[in-house]
Amino acid sequence: MIRNTRAGYGLLAIALHWTIAALVVGQISLGLVMLRVTDQRLAFDLIQWHKSIGLLILALIVIRLAWRMANPQPRPLASLRRWEKTASQAVHRLLYALLIALPLTGWALVSASVLGIPTLVFGLFLFPHLPVGVSEGGEDFWRLLHGSLGFTALALVVIHIAAALRHHFILHDGVLRRMLRPVRRTKA
Amino acid sequence: MVERFPAIAVLLFLAASVQAAAAPSLSAVVGRYSIMTPGSSLFFAVPAVGGPGITGRFDRFDGRIDIPASSVEHARVEIIIYPDSVATGQKRVDDFLKSNAVFDTANERTIVFRSTHVQRTGEDTATIVGSLTARGRTFRETFHVRLAESGRGALRFHVEGRVLRSRYGMDVGTPIYSNVVDFDMNLAFRRR
Ligand code: HEM
Repeated sequence: MIRNTRAGYGLLAIALHWTIAALVVGQISLGLVMLRVTDQRLAFDLIQWHKSIGLLILALIVIRLAWRMANPQPRPLASLRRWEKTASQAVHRLLYALLIALPLTGWALVSASVLGIPTLVFGLFLFPHLPVGVSEGGEDFWRLLHGSLGFTALALVVIHIAAALRHHFILHDGVLRRMLRPVRRTKA
Repeated sequence: MVERFPAIAVLLFLAASVQAAAAPSLSAVVGRYSIMTPGSSLFFAVPAVGGPGITGRFDRFDGRIDIPASSVEHARVEIIIYPDSVATGQKRVDDFLKSNAVFDTANERTIVFRSTHVQRTGEDTATIVGSLTARGRTFRETFHVRLAESGRGALRFHVEGRVLRSRYGMDVGTPIYSNVVDFDMNLAFRRR
Protein backbone atom coordinates (compact mmCIF):
# COMPACT_ATOMS: atom_id res chain seq x y z
CA MET A 1 0.00 0.00 0.00
CA ILE A 2 1.10 3.54 -0.65
CA ARG A 3 -0.34 4.87 2.59
CA ASN A 4 0.56 3.97 6.16
CA THR A 5 -1.83 2.10 8.40
CA ARG A 6 -1.73 1.73 12.16
CA ALA A 7 -0.06 -1.63 11.51
CA GLY A 8 2.82 -0.45 9.37
CA TYR A 9 4.45 1.92 6.91
CA GLY A 10 3.21 2.36 3.36
CA LEU A 11 5.36 2.44 0.25
CA LEU A 12 5.75 6.21 0.09
CA ALA A 13 6.88 6.60 3.70
CA ILE A 14 9.40 3.80 3.16
CA ALA A 15 10.66 5.24 -0.11
CA LEU A 16 11.07 8.67 1.49
CA HIS A 17 12.85 7.16 4.50
CA TRP A 18 15.48 5.35 2.43
CA THR A 19 15.97 8.09 -0.11
CA ILE A 20 16.54 10.63 2.63
CA ALA A 21 18.71 8.17 4.57
CA ALA A 22 21.01 7.66 1.60
CA LEU A 23 21.13 11.39 0.86
CA VAL A 24 21.86 12.31 4.48
CA VAL A 25 24.67 9.77 4.86
CA GLY A 26 26.13 11.02 1.58
CA GLN A 27 25.60 14.63 2.57
CA ILE A 28 27.40 14.35 5.92
CA SER A 29 30.29 12.50 4.26
CA LEU A 30 30.40 15.12 1.52
CA GLY A 31 30.42 17.92 4.11
CA LEU A 32 33.38 16.35 5.87
CA VAL A 33 35.32 15.49 2.73
CA MET A 34 34.81 18.72 0.78
CA LEU A 35 36.45 20.79 3.50
CA ARG A 36 39.43 18.49 3.72
CA VAL A 37 40.47 17.76 0.14
CA THR A 38 43.54 19.67 -0.99
CA ASP A 39 42.44 19.95 -4.61
CA GLN A 40 40.63 23.30 -4.54
CA ARG A 41 38.92 22.72 -7.83
CA LEU A 42 37.38 19.52 -6.55
CA ALA A 43 36.50 21.26 -3.28
CA PHE A 44 34.56 23.96 -5.12
CA ASP A 45 32.58 21.43 -7.13
CA LEU A 46 31.86 19.28 -4.07
CA ILE A 47 30.57 22.30 -2.14
CA GLN A 48 28.18 23.10 -4.99
CA TRP A 49 26.91 19.49 -4.89
CA HIS A 50 26.60 19.75 -1.12
CA LYS A 51 24.41 22.85 -1.42
CA SER A 52 22.15 21.24 -4.03
CA ILE A 53 21.77 17.94 -2.18
CA GLY A 54 21.12 19.81 1.09
CA LEU A 55 18.27 21.74 -0.47
CA LEU A 56 16.89 18.54 -1.99
CA ILE A 57 16.91 16.99 1.48
CA LEU A 58 15.03 20.01 2.82
CA ALA A 59 12.38 19.62 0.12
CA LEU A 60 12.07 15.88 0.79
CA ILE A 61 11.80 16.39 4.54
CA VAL A 62 8.97 18.86 4.07
CA ILE A 63 7.16 16.34 1.88
CA ARG A 64 7.87 13.59 4.37
CA LEU A 65 6.50 15.56 7.31
CA ALA A 66 3.41 16.51 5.35
CA TRP A 67 2.90 12.86 4.38
CA ARG A 68 3.41 11.81 7.98
CA MET A 69 0.73 14.23 9.13
CA ALA A 70 -1.65 13.08 6.43
CA ASN A 71 -1.24 9.41 7.35
CA PRO A 72 -1.89 7.22 10.33
CA GLN A 73 1.25 6.71 12.39
CA PRO A 74 2.07 2.99 12.80
CA ARG A 75 1.82 1.84 16.41
CA PRO A 76 5.12 1.08 18.17
CA LEU A 77 5.71 -2.66 18.37
CA ALA A 78 4.11 -4.13 21.47
CA SER A 79 7.40 -5.75 22.42
CA LEU A 80 9.11 -2.38 22.96
CA ARG A 81 9.87 -1.35 26.48
CA ARG A 82 8.82 2.07 27.72
CA TRP A 83 12.35 3.53 27.61
CA GLU A 84 12.82 2.22 24.10
CA LYS A 85 9.68 3.96 22.94
CA THR A 86 10.70 7.21 24.61
CA ALA A 87 14.25 7.05 23.31
CA SER A 88 13.29 6.17 19.75
CA GLN A 89 10.68 8.91 19.62
CA ALA A 90 13.17 11.43 20.93
CA VAL A 91 15.79 10.41 18.35
CA HIS A 92 13.25 10.52 15.52
CA ARG A 93 12.03 13.99 16.52
CA LEU A 94 15.57 15.25 16.86
CA LEU A 95 16.47 13.84 13.45
CA TYR A 96 13.54 15.64 11.86
CA ALA A 97 14.48 18.86 13.62
CA LEU A 98 18.11 18.52 12.54
CA LEU A 99 17.23 17.72 8.95
CA ILE A 100 15.31 20.97 8.82
CA ALA A 101 17.83 23.02 10.80
CA LEU A 102 20.83 21.73 8.84
CA PRO A 103 19.74 22.88 5.39
CA LEU A 104 18.47 26.17 6.85
CA THR A 105 21.74 26.94 8.64
CA GLY A 106 23.70 25.85 5.54
CA TRP A 107 21.57 28.15 3.45
CA ALA A 108 22.06 30.95 5.99
CA LEU A 109 25.82 30.42 5.97
CA VAL A 110 25.97 30.70 2.21
CA SER A 111 23.68 33.75 2.30
CA ALA A 112 25.73 35.52 4.99
CA SER A 113 29.01 34.89 3.21
CA VAL A 114 30.94 37.94 2.08
CA LEU A 115 31.98 35.86 -0.93
CA GLY A 116 28.39 35.99 -2.21
CA ILE A 117 28.70 32.73 -4.12
CA PRO A 118 25.39 32.05 -5.89
CA THR A 119 23.63 28.72 -5.46
CA LEU A 120 22.75 27.12 -8.78
CA VAL A 121 20.79 24.05 -7.71
CA PHE A 122 22.16 21.02 -9.59
CA GLY A 123 23.30 23.53 -12.20
CA LEU A 124 19.66 24.06 -13.14
CA PHE A 125 18.17 27.06 -11.40
CA LEU A 126 19.32 29.90 -9.24
CA PHE A 127 18.34 29.67 -5.59
CA PRO A 128 17.95 32.96 -3.71
CA HIS A 129 19.92 33.89 -0.61
CA LEU A 130 18.19 34.21 2.77
CA PRO A 131 17.82 37.78 4.00
CA VAL A 132 20.48 37.44 6.70
CA GLY A 133 23.17 40.03 7.36
CA VAL A 134 26.23 39.64 5.17
CA SER A 135 29.41 39.78 7.24
CA GLU A 136 32.45 37.70 8.18
CA GLY A 137 31.07 37.44 11.72
CA GLY A 138 27.65 36.32 10.52
CA GLU A 139 29.16 33.77 8.19
CA ASP A 140 31.37 32.40 11.00
CA PHE A 141 28.37 32.15 13.31
CA TRP A 142 26.27 30.17 10.83
CA ARG A 143 29.25 28.02 9.88
CA LEU A 144 29.86 27.09 13.52
CA LEU A 145 26.19 26.30 14.02
CA HIS A 146 25.92 24.32 10.79
CA GLY A 147 29.07 22.33 11.55
CA SER A 148 27.97 21.57 15.13
CA LEU A 149 24.55 20.45 13.97
CA GLY A 150 26.25 18.35 11.30
CA PHE A 151 28.29 16.48 13.90
CA THR A 152 25.21 16.13 16.13
CA ALA A 153 23.31 14.65 13.20
CA LEU A 154 26.17 12.26 12.53
CA ALA A 155 26.02 11.05 16.15
CA LEU A 156 22.23 10.63 15.99
CA VAL A 157 22.39 8.79 12.68
CA VAL A 158 24.92 6.37 14.20
CA ILE A 159 22.64 5.80 17.22
CA HIS A 160 19.62 5.40 14.93
CA ILE A 161 21.37 2.82 12.74
CA ALA A 162 22.80 0.97 15.76
CA ALA A 163 19.32 0.76 17.29
CA ALA A 164 17.82 -0.56 14.06
CA LEU A 165 20.52 -3.20 13.78
CA ARG A 166 20.06 -4.17 17.42
CA HIS A 167 16.36 -4.72 16.86
CA HIS A 168 17.02 -6.81 13.79
CA PHE A 169 20.01 -8.91 14.76
CA ILE A 170 19.81 -9.07 18.56
CA LEU A 171 16.18 -8.67 19.49
CA HIS A 172 14.92 -10.28 16.25
CA ASP A 173 11.80 -8.12 16.25
CA GLY A 174 10.08 -6.48 13.30
CA VAL A 175 11.27 -2.89 13.79
CA LEU A 176 13.69 -2.77 10.87
CA ARG A 177 11.60 -5.08 8.72
CA ARG A 178 8.59 -2.81 8.78
CA MET A 179 10.69 -0.02 7.34
CA LEU A 180 11.65 -2.38 4.50
CA ARG A 181 8.35 -3.95 3.52
CA PRO A 182 5.24 -1.84 2.93
CA VAL A 183 2.20 -2.82 4.96
CA ARG A 184 -0.29 -4.99 3.10
CA ARG A 185 -3.83 -4.01 2.47
CA THR A 186 -5.92 -5.53 5.25
CA LYS A 187 -9.33 -6.81 4.39
CA ALA A 188 -12.01 -4.83 6.05
CA MET B 1 46.43 39.44 -18.75
CA VAL B 2 48.90 40.41 -21.15
CA GLU B 3 49.23 42.03 -24.39
CA ARG B 4 51.89 42.37 -26.69
CA PHE B 5 51.07 44.49 -29.51
CA PRO B 6 52.76 45.35 -32.57
CA ALA B 7 49.68 47.45 -32.83
CA ILE B 8 51.30 49.80 -30.65
CA ALA B 9 53.52 50.93 -33.34
CA VAL B 10 50.51 51.81 -35.34
CA LEU B 11 48.96 53.56 -32.46
CA LEU B 12 52.03 55.48 -31.82
CA PHE B 13 52.00 56.55 -35.29
CA LEU B 14 48.40 57.52 -34.98
CA ALA B 15 48.87 59.27 -31.79
CA ALA B 16 51.70 61.03 -33.28
CA SER B 17 49.86 62.15 -36.31
CA VAL B 18 46.44 62.69 -34.82
CA GLN B 19 46.80 63.88 -31.32
CA ALA B 20 49.74 66.12 -31.48
CA ALA B 21 49.32 69.35 -33.29
CA ALA B 22 52.83 69.10 -34.47
CA ALA B 23 52.62 65.48 -35.45
CA PRO B 24 55.76 63.73 -34.39
CA SER B 25 57.26 61.61 -37.06
CA LEU B 26 57.33 57.91 -36.65
CA SER B 27 60.91 58.15 -35.72
CA ALA B 28 59.78 60.01 -32.64
CA VAL B 29 58.21 56.85 -31.25
CA VAL B 30 60.70 54.36 -32.52
CA GLY B 31 62.45 52.73 -29.65
CA ARG B 32 62.19 50.29 -26.82
CA TYR B 33 59.74 50.84 -24.02
CA SER B 34 59.25 49.23 -20.63
CA ILE B 35 56.09 49.14 -18.63
CA MET B 36 55.85 51.40 -15.62
CA THR B 37 54.16 49.66 -12.72
CA PRO B 38 53.07 52.89 -11.07
CA GLY B 39 50.65 54.36 -13.53
CA SER B 40 49.60 50.96 -14.89
CA SER B 41 46.72 48.84 -13.71
CA LEU B 42 45.47 45.42 -14.76
CA PHE B 43 41.90 44.88 -13.72
CA PHE B 44 39.72 41.89 -14.48
CA ALA B 45 36.13 40.93 -13.81
CA VAL B 46 34.33 37.60 -13.88
CA PRO B 47 30.55 38.10 -13.78
CA ALA B 48 28.34 35.63 -11.92
CA VAL B 49 24.71 34.63 -12.38
CA GLY B 50 22.69 36.39 -9.70
CA GLY B 51 25.72 37.49 -7.75
CA PRO B 52 28.38 40.15 -7.61
CA GLY B 53 30.95 38.03 -9.41
CA ILE B 54 34.64 38.57 -8.88
CA THR B 55 36.68 41.64 -9.65
CA GLY B 56 40.36 41.94 -9.05
CA ARG B 57 43.70 43.10 -10.31
CA PHE B 58 47.24 41.93 -10.78
CA ASP B 59 49.78 43.97 -8.92
CA ARG B 60 52.97 42.62 -10.47
CA PHE B 61 53.68 42.54 -14.18
CA ASP B 62 56.38 43.31 -16.68
CA GLY B 63 56.09 44.46 -20.23
CA ARG B 64 57.92 45.93 -23.12
CA ILE B 65 57.29 47.28 -26.55
CA ASP B 66 59.89 47.37 -29.23
CA ILE B 67 59.21 49.61 -32.18
CA PRO B 68 61.87 49.11 -34.81
CA ALA B 69 62.71 51.92 -37.18
CA SER B 70 62.34 49.54 -40.10
CA SER B 71 58.64 48.88 -39.87
CA VAL B 72 55.82 49.69 -37.56
CA GLU B 73 54.23 46.36 -38.42
CA HIS B 74 57.12 44.64 -36.79
CA ALA B 75 56.67 46.29 -33.46
CA ARG B 76 56.54 43.72 -30.72
CA VAL B 77 54.78 43.74 -27.44
CA GLU B 78 55.28 41.38 -24.59
CA ILE B 79 53.48 41.47 -21.29
CA ILE B 80 54.17 39.14 -18.40
CA ILE B 81 51.81 38.88 -15.48
CA TYR B 82 52.74 37.27 -12.18
CA PRO B 83 49.47 35.66 -11.06
CA ASP B 84 50.56 35.28 -7.44
CA SER B 85 50.08 39.04 -7.24
CA VAL B 86 46.33 38.67 -7.81
CA ALA B 87 44.28 40.83 -5.45
CA THR B 88 40.51 40.81 -5.08
CA GLY B 89 40.21 42.38 -1.65
CA GLN B 90 39.23 38.97 -0.23
CA LYS B 91 42.04 36.75 0.97
CA ARG B 92 39.94 33.62 0.59
CA VAL B 93 39.24 34.47 -3.04
CA ASP B 94 42.91 35.33 -3.65
CA ASP B 95 43.99 32.00 -2.17
CA PHE B 96 41.44 30.20 -4.29
CA LEU B 97 42.59 31.96 -7.46
CA LYS B 98 46.21 31.09 -6.65
CA SER B 99 45.33 27.44 -5.93
CA ASN B 100 45.36 24.61 -8.43
CA ALA B 101 41.73 25.47 -9.19
CA VAL B 102 42.73 28.55 -11.16
CA PHE B 103 46.27 29.94 -11.60
CA ASP B 104 48.15 27.17 -9.80
CA THR B 105 50.86 29.63 -8.78
CA ALA B 106 52.83 26.90 -7.04
CA ASN B 107 53.66 25.50 -10.48
CA GLU B 108 52.90 28.33 -12.89
CA ARG B 109 54.68 31.57 -12.24
CA THR B 110 53.70 33.64 -15.25
CA ILE B 111 51.00 34.43 -17.74
CA VAL B 112 52.51 35.74 -20.96
CA PHE B 113 51.10 37.62 -23.91
CA ARG B 114 53.15 38.09 -27.08
CA SER B 115 51.77 40.09 -29.95
CA THR B 116 51.73 38.65 -33.42
CA HIS B 117 49.63 41.05 -35.38
CA VAL B 118 48.21 44.54 -35.20
CA GLN B 119 45.41 46.11 -37.04
CA ARG B 120 44.47 49.71 -36.86
CA THR B 121 40.76 50.27 -36.29
CA GLY B 122 40.54 54.01 -35.88
CA GLU B 123 42.50 57.16 -35.38
CA ASP B 124 43.91 56.14 -32.06
CA THR B 125 42.66 52.58 -31.77
CA ALA B 126 43.88 49.20 -32.85
CA THR B 127 43.24 45.55 -32.44
CA ILE B 128 46.13 43.50 -31.26
CA VAL B 129 46.26 39.79 -31.76
CA GLY B 130 48.77 37.64 -30.02
CA SER B 131 49.38 34.44 -28.19
CA LEU B 132 48.43 34.17 -24.57
CA THR B 133 50.09 31.46 -22.54
CA ALA B 134 48.72 30.42 -19.17
CA ARG B 135 49.04 27.12 -17.36
CA GLY B 136 51.07 25.74 -20.23
CA ARG B 137 48.40 26.37 -22.84
CA THR B 138 48.68 28.91 -25.60
CA PHE B 139 45.82 30.44 -27.57
CA ARG B 140 45.31 33.39 -29.83
CA GLU B 141 43.64 36.29 -28.08
CA THR B 142 42.55 39.68 -29.27
CA PHE B 143 42.71 42.93 -27.35
CA HIS B 144 41.37 46.32 -28.19
CA VAL B 145 43.77 49.13 -27.59
CA ARG B 146 43.39 52.85 -27.45
CA LEU B 147 46.33 55.12 -27.25
CA ALA B 148 45.46 57.38 -24.35
CA GLU B 149 48.57 59.48 -24.22
CA SER B 150 51.93 59.86 -25.84
CA GLY B 151 54.86 62.17 -25.60
CA ARG B 152 58.24 62.69 -24.05
CA GLY B 153 59.28 59.11 -24.39
CA ALA B 154 56.15 57.83 -22.66
CA LEU B 155 53.07 56.03 -23.93
CA ARG B 156 49.84 55.15 -22.20
CA PHE B 157 47.28 52.70 -23.49
CA HIS B 158 43.85 51.64 -22.45
CA VAL B 159 43.36 47.99 -23.27
CA GLU B 160 40.25 45.84 -23.16
CA GLY B 161 39.75 42.21 -23.96
CA ARG B 162 37.70 39.15 -23.20
CA VAL B 163 39.30 35.81 -22.56
CA LEU B 164 37.63 32.43 -22.24
CA ARG B 165 39.17 30.91 -19.14
CA SER B 166 38.07 27.37 -19.95
CA ARG B 167 40.71 27.18 -22.68
CA TYR B 168 43.41 27.57 -20.08
CA GLY B 169 42.05 24.89 -17.76
CA MET B 170 40.56 27.48 -15.43
CA ASP B 171 36.88 26.76 -15.95
CA VAL B 172 36.18 26.03 -12.29
CA GLY B 173 32.85 27.46 -11.16
CA THR B 174 31.26 27.71 -14.60
CA PRO B 175 28.40 28.26 -15.27
CA ILE B 176 27.84 30.00 -11.93
CA TYR B 177 30.75 32.24 -12.79
CA SER B 178 31.09 33.31 -16.38
CA ASN B 179 33.59 31.61 -18.61
CA VAL B 180 34.38 35.06 -19.99
CA VAL B 181 36.91 37.15 -18.13
CA ASP B 182 36.75 40.86 -18.93
CA PHE B 183 40.06 42.66 -18.84
CA ASP B 184 40.38 46.37 -18.41
CA MET B 185 43.91 47.66 -18.32
CA ASN B 186 45.76 50.92 -18.31
CA LEU B 187 49.32 50.38 -19.37
CA ALA B 188 51.95 53.08 -19.14
CA PHE B 189 55.31 52.67 -20.87
CA ARG B 190 58.52 54.64 -20.76
CA ARG B 191 61.31 54.61 -23.28
CA ARG B 192 64.30 52.63 -22.07
C1 HEM C 1 20.71 17.74 5.61
C2 HEM C 1 21.42 18.65 5.04
C3 HEM C 1 22.87 18.99 5.37
C4 HEM C 1 23.79 18.27 6.10
C5 HEM C 1 23.61 16.93 6.82
C6 HEM C 1 25.02 19.06 6.09
C7 HEM C 1 26.19 18.67 6.70
C8 HEM C 1 27.36 19.39 6.66
C9 HEM C 1 28.59 18.98 7.29
C10 HEM C 1 28.79 17.69 8.11
C11 HEM C 1 29.52 19.92 7.02
C12 HEM C 1 30.98 19.92 7.45
C13 HEM C 1 31.13 20.68 8.74
C14 HEM C 1 32.57 20.69 9.20
O1 HEM C 1 33.33 19.77 8.87
O2 HEM C 1 32.91 21.65 9.91
C15 HEM C 1 28.88 20.95 6.21
C16 HEM C 1 29.51 22.08 5.73
C17 HEM C 1 28.90 22.99 4.87
N1 HEM C 1 27.59 22.99 4.46
FE1 HEM C 1 26.22 21.62 4.90
N2 HEM C 1 24.82 20.20 5.34
C18 HEM C 1 23.52 20.19 4.89
C19 HEM C 1 22.90 21.15 4.10
C20 HEM C 1 23.52 22.26 3.57
C21 HEM C 1 22.89 23.22 2.71
C22 HEM C 1 21.43 23.18 2.24
C23 HEM C 1 23.84 24.14 2.40
C24 HEM C 1 23.73 25.38 1.52
C25 HEM C 1 22.73 25.71 0.75
C26 HEM C 1 25.05 23.75 3.07
C27 HEM C 1 26.25 24.44 2.97
C28 HEM C 1 27.41 24.06 3.61
C29 HEM C 1 28.65 24.77 3.44
C30 HEM C 1 28.89 26.00 2.55
C31 HEM C 1 29.58 24.11 4.24
C32 HEM C 1 31.05 24.49 4.40
C33 HEM C 1 31.21 25.41 5.56
C34 HEM C 1 32.64 25.90 5.67
O3 HEM C 1 33.06 26.63 4.79
O4 HEM C 1 33.31 25.54 6.64
N3 HEM C 1 24.83 22.60 3.77
N4 HEM C 1 27.57 20.59 6.02
